[in-house]
Amino acid sequence: MTDTRAIALIVNGVRREATVETRHTLADVLRQQLGLTGTHLGCEHGVCGACTVLLDGRSVRSCLLLAVQANGREVTTVEGLAPDRTRLHPLQEAFRDHHGLQCGYCTPGMLMTLLELLRENPSPTEEEVRVAISGNLCRCTGYQGIVDAALAAARRLRGEHG
Amino acid sequence: MKPPPFSYHDPETLADAVALLARLDNAKLLAGGQSLMPMLNMRYVLPDHVVDLNRVGELAYLRESGGALEIGAMTRQADIERSGLARTLCPLMHEAIQQVGHRQTRNRGTLGGSLCQLDPAAELVTVAAATDATVIVVGPNGRRELPFSEFPAGYMTPALKPDEILAGARFPAWSKGHGHAFVEFSRRHGDFAVVAAAALVELDGGGKVQRASLTIGGATAAPVRVSAAERMLAGQKLSDALLREAADHCRRIDAIGDVHAPAAYRRQLAAVLARRALEKARSRLSAAGS
Repeated sequence: MTDTRAIALIVNGVRREATVETRHTLADVLRQQLGLTGTHLGCEHGVCGACTVLLDGRSVRSCLLLAVQANGREVTTVEGLAPDRTRLHPLQEAFRDHHGLQCGYCTPGMLMTLLELLRENPSPTEEEVRVAISGNLCRCTGYQGIVDAALAAARRLRGEHG
Repeated sequence: MKPPPFSYHDPETLADAVALLARLDNAKLLAGGQSLMPMLNMRYVLPDHVVDLNRVGELAYLRESGGALEIGAMTRQADIERSGLARTLCPLMHEAIQQVGHRQTRNRGTLGGSLCQLDPAAELVTVAAATDATVIVVGPNGRRELPFSEFPAGYMTPALKPDEILAGARFPAWSKGHGHAFVEFSRRHGDFAVVAAAALVELDGGGKVQRASLTIGGATAAPVRVSAAERMLAGQKLSDALLREAADHCRRIDAIGDVHAPAAYRRQLAAVLARRALEKARSRLSAAGS
């Protein structure tokens, strides 16, 4: 007896429909049913932040959300960040330029979290950046490159030279 | 890791949620999911039914009610954090909530979820104890209210019947110009506190303490009010020596020892954090009152 439900949600601006098991997390449905494997799963219990996506514009851990709870809502994943297939988002460019990633596992969660931060606060201090990503674990960079990238992206998005 | 199979229910009214809870066996209420979902993913809990409160709009509100800040159980922590009303009526909560988890967890986590999870080190639980909050509970027989001091029935166990739902809580506002401070020590930013201290101070016209509230979270099975310290402060001028002496009452707390910290360390932390909280609260008293 499997409890399923038909849901419809907007993912990266596109309406998607799926029949999901009500016990399945949004992260699993994004990856396995919608084919969006950019969202990474690390700990699957709300500690590492790798699975962070935006739900109606707010950063959330998609391993702690049931897919059925996203019914009728808008979800943004890392695949929705770049403006097109040939260009990167300024945050992504800054990560590339400032050694903001190495193995890349935490990167989607870092990007989505920082996207929310920079929308709320276009001129964060270094301290504010560090607090914002305190729920995202990176085991490669020592965070310094990520913080540098976030501050550089903020400058770029404000129209200053990064 | 996947949650175990369960039947999912998403009522849209509190009345429907109460009716479901009364009818279903082995049901769990799902609020923000920042504690229940990890437990489901790891299969620490195996409910037959999950009753999701996220579509019950009437439980998400924040308003002034008879000199108190009233917050619905399903109000997101991030919405409390951003609320000017909460900041005005309960600056202690505004300071505490910024130390709750991370932005991703505050965007989902709710007041009611935190109060019912009742982790003794949870910031919102400590704020509820510090402000003498009233909790509002709804069940099949209607609505009842109880003081927060009666809400913890044991370690991480609220005094709720299996068919009752926490609907909200009221946090009495302290007078304009009162001093407040929420200070905690945790290993990393966003972790649960090893120990937290919340202080509230109100002065009379003569610059003496009208009333004081000192609460220690994380040291005992539920946050504890240090009433001996509160009594010592009442009617006095807030000298450094007095604050230190009052904070030292925390050394008598029957603290728990666990993998995070031994009991003696928690007692020491409690006294130090209590002094810092009292000093910070004093520094925030408005000039008019002092």
